[in-house]
Amino acid sequence: MPDSSAIAKGAEDLHHADHPPYQRHHFESVAQQFDATNFAMWLFLLTEIMFFGGLFTAYLILRNWYYPAFVAGSHQLDVRWGTLNTVVLILSSFTMAMAVWSSQTRRRGALVLNLALTFLLGLTFLGIKTIEYREKWEKHHVPGIHYSLQSFLDPAHDEAARAYGDRPLPYDTAQKTELYFFLYFAMTGMHALHMIVGIGILAFMMVRARAGAYTAGHVTFVENFGLYWHFIDIVWIYLFALLYLISRHG
Amino acid sequence: MSAATIVNLPDPLTARIPKDNFLTRENGLLSWLLTSDHKRIATLYLISITFFFFIGGALAGLIRLELLTPQTSLMAADTYNKVFTMHGVIMIFFFLVPSVPATLGNFFLPMMIGAKDLALPKINLLSWYLYIVAGFMAIYTMIVGGVDTGWTFTTPLSTHYVNTHVISTGLAIFIAGFSSIFTGLNFIVTIHKMRAPGMTWFRLPLFVWANYAASILMVLGTPVLAIALVLVVLERTVGIGVFDPAKGGDPLLFQHLFWFYSHPAVYIMILPGMGVISEVISTFSRKRVFGYTAVAFSSVAIAVFGFFVWAHHMFIMGISNYAVLVFSLLTMLVAVPSAIKIFNWTFTLYKGSITFETPLLYAFGFMGLFTIGGLTGVFLGVSGTDIHLTETYFIVAHFHFVMVGGMLMAFLAGIHFWWPKWTGRMYPEKISQVAAVVTFVGFILTFFPQFILGTLGMPRRYASYPPEFQILNVFSTAGASILGIGYLLPVLYLIWSLRYGAIAGNNPWQATGLEWQTQSPPLTENFTEMPVMDHEAYDYEWLEKQQQANPQKKEVASAG
Amino acid sequence: MDHISPVLWQFLDKWLTNFALFPPEASKIAPQMDALYFFMVLVSLVGLTIVVLLVVSFSILYRRSRHPQAVQIEGSTLLEATWTIIPLGLFLVMFVWGALIYFRVFTPPANAMNIYVVGKQWMWKAEHPGGQHEINALHVPLGVPVQLTLISQDVFHSFSIPAFRVKREAIPGRYTTVWFEATKTGTYHLFCTQYCGTNHSLMVGEVTVLTPEEYKAWLASSTSGNSLAQDGERLFASLSCAACHNARPDARGPSLAGVYGSRLTLSNGQTVTADDAYLREAILNPSQHITQGYAPIMPTYQGQVSEEGVIELVEYIKHLDSNYRVDQTLNTTGFLPENENGKPPAATPPPATPKEAKP
Repeated sequence: MPDSSAIAKGAEDLHHADHPPYQRHHFESVAQQFDATNFAMWLFLLTEIMFFGGLFTAYLILRNWYYPAFVAGSHQLDVRWGTLNTVVLILSSFTMAMAVWSSQTRRRGALVLNLALTFLLGLTFLGIKTIEYREKWEKHHVPGIHYSLQSFLDPAHDEAARAYGDRPLPYDTAQKTELYFFLYFAMTGMHALHMIVGIGILAFMMVRARAGAYTAGHVTFVENFGLYWHFIDIVWIYLFALLYLISRHG
Repeated sequence: MSAATIVNLPDPLTARIPKDNFLTRENGLLSWLLTSDHKRIATLYLISITFFFFIGGALAGLIRLELLTPQTSLMAADTYNKVFTMHGVIMIFFFLVPSVPATLGNFFLPMMIGAKDLALPKINLLSWYLYIVAGFMAIYTMIVGGVDTGWTFTTPLSTHYVNTHVISTGLAIFIAGFSSIFTGLNFIVTIHKMRAPGMTWFRLPLFVWANYAASILMVLGTPVLAIALVLVVLERTVGIGVFDPAKGGDPLLFQHLFWFYSHPAVYIMILPGMGVISEVISTFSRKRVFGYTAVAFSSVAIAVFGFFVWAHHMFIMGISNYAVLVFSLLTMLVAVPSAIKIFNWTFTLYKGSITFETPLLYAFGFMGLFTIGGLTGVFLGVSGTDIHLTETYFIVAHFHFVMVGGMLMAFLAGIHFWWPKWTGRMYPEKISQVAAVVTFVGFILTFFPQFILGTLGMPRRYASYPPEFQILNVFSTAGASILGIGYLLPVLYLIWSLRYGAIAGNNPWQATGLEWQTQSPPLTENFTEMPVMDHEAYDYEWLEKQQQANPQKKEVASAG
Repeated sequence: MDHISPVLWQFLDKWLTNFALFPPEASKIAPQMDALYFFMVLVSLVGLTIVVLLVVSFSILYRRSRHPQAVQIEGSTLLEATWTIIPLGLFLVMFVWGALIYFRVFTPPANAMNIYVVGKQWMWKAEHPGGQHEINALHVPLGVPVQLTLISQDVFHSFSIPAFRVKREAIPGRYTTVWFEATKTGTYHLFCTQYCGTNHSLMVGEVTVLTPEEYKAWLASSTSGNSLAQDGERLFASLSCAACHNARPDARGPSLAGVYGSRLTLSNGQTVTADDAYLREAILNPSQHITQGYAPIMPTYQGQVSEEGVIELVEYIKHLDSNYRVDQTLNTTGFLPENENGKPPAATPPPATPKEAKP
């Protein structure tokens, strides 16, 4: 056992040849670097859960208080777009997992391909969300000054509501649908923001992957990003269930 | 060697600051602004938080000046409301929350565990930049007219009834929150993954345990504040109604979201300070901390329990009586670990060998004032007495006792304790002891009368008050002027010491931590070889053996 | 005497007559709360003294010049247990004691007289059932339990009477209550203690405790003429509530006679007690408070009735024990000046919505 804690003696220690170029100098080994950054990403995702948690809490409470309004609001969302988006994201998680595998097995071409597919699927998701948001805007379901209760007071003249056989809501219940849509936009909006960040990072990664940055042993970045991407996917699945599937029968 | 001090300095005739250290390794503004060295980032933080402390302090001065007279005399009520709001926002988010973790924690945590840096140095720098951006937004807010919602942003006042700069302040705090989250995240990863060989959890200095517990709170609690602020901003801009009863929302929802963070926030603020106290008391009584395991676990207990007591800020807000019962009971539980610490520190002194350098004076100040502050917290946690005492100056006194009498004193203790390691120079001992006493006296005079005012019923956030409350307010303001001097002195003599202070050498306090086994100021990479921890924490016997093996050339008894 | 300047004398005089260290005890609960308070002060003093004494004596006994070699002690499980269990025990005693007081303060006796208080920026409006209205003042009788039903018209306020040791938040959107029994005549401070904007510090007033005779005299001299219930009756008629809430066999809404305090089964199966909060909610958010057996057609009156108006309606319904006068007013609604053409006003103002279809 060497003699106890180091007292700075000016001894030489930095052997640059000993460690791969992507290992940061404050880490003793690649394994430590991977371990530490991976743990950091899990912790970060935990903070994201707490962040979304506030919105989920508001959702739980308001849905409990105003269930009929939430049902009517949910019927206004197109479950086909929602399902398609869910499939798109799950597929993108698959391609992302393939990307991680490609990085681990040092397949540069496959890596770039899988990252590109994930990127495209992510864009598709955002594209579909844009279509949905625009529809909501046109129907005056965006909370704020232009919010309209028409679809809920007179569902007979509204396609989406008619499809579910919705009955007209009393005025004060109809008013509460605005809270439902606020939650819809806040939760999916927050989610979309995270998607945009993710897509941006994917673009960066594609460029670096082409240059071979992730296929020479440095898998950390791709793996940790993969965690982030899967997390966003899981959050969407909860959002889909909670927002789109309230009281749908058949 | 004089028996009255443990200070062990190198011979002043031959001592020199080591040529190669983290301050001199690279030069130029960019080497500072783009640094990934945790010690430089800590230095950047130290300068920034000191700046904000004095802004917050100036605002406090304005408050106390206004409260000299029962009527609003110095400023309009609106202005007063802005002053106390900004005082709270700046002191909490821009001083107290980052104080020990971002300065002392950033600097010494890696060194204490034998690491070269934190796990994520670039995230550390990002933390500082987020802090600076947030700080600019806060200053911008003050310049363009301020915000007057109180730091608590109570809805619906903040969403519908003020036309001041709620959004920019909310965003500033949001960004500062992320600075805090990243610091906490960095600390947790570092402590888990970068300990030197032999550095087991129970050999960690208690400062590390304390920062670990605070980091858990930062990481889990701050995001909830973030979402609460986002909702306030959305409600203000879009008018969604989530906090508006007319639209079906509930203002109490905001209270729950806000206090879910803001209660753990107070433990984020105090725990690192408690970590400092452990280090200081141990060093200046030459003894291991009494009940190491108890103190370590009590930090974690405070963190865990701290998440379950938030509604004790809402006892009279119309929550159910049964909720009050539960939260009051849990509050009693969270009070116990702090008591455990106070007693363990007290008994660390037992059969020690005590010298009274400045850090220990501040630590004693902490123990007395935090005990009072903590006990008055129990007055507030007990639901029956809370009815009378809540929302009065009793609360103001309580939190200033724990935050200023407690945390700020701990911060000053830490700054003085680690100053020699950070800068390579000793601060002047006599004047710093005077400053510590002045601070203590000024503090008691400022804040003790406020307990009485609160019991009398004087509400908080009042610009004018009934004339019979004037005497106590005058005492309080008088104390504040003394306190101001007590805080100004350290800035002056610490800056003086950078040029004229005695050279400190590696280990002027003869302390046991790994950080004291290197040069002062440390090298950029902290250690030249990976340290191996083969002894327990606070092992003074090991230290003696070390010193016998490597005697200092000539010891000098005291500094300045 | 001429050596002391007049200013200084005034200062001293003010000090001696006004300076106090403790608020007066003017309610039944005050001495009970003070007993707990002083117990806690005592425990705190003892605790603080112990810590200070220990720190000081250890500092003296074990200062380096007297005790140059420290003795390394790991700890003592016995001591840890002691200073964990004793503080915990003391805190739990305080908790139980305080919880009892808390429940006492927020559980009004059945015979408490009720006064409504509406807080708004920046004044307190007290509405006595007899029709007396006060601003930033509250007159209460000695020795009678008084319940305050509080609500805010805008932001959070908090109604505080330090001398009575009571305080309660006034929240927008729901009633909160607190009760007290005054035990000493005199005037006492009334404060708003929840920061509510610009003139928060000016939202102060006086609570005056009068002997029962004085109180009767005050009631008689301050009434505006109509009691709250009478004002409520008028509002009930002008809003044409009687159109549905009457005693006719084909009535579209439940009869409200005697409903206050009764157990109701709602259309969603829940059973609730029809208290103040319920009545208020039923007026403002009726679709979630439909009595079983009735259609959800009651329109909301949100935005049409102020909080005072709701209070008047609630007071009216509280005292309604027969539908006789309700049925009578059915015929007179149209003649009220508020209504033109003998037709009741439209209940809600949605812009161009077709009438709700009857299910």
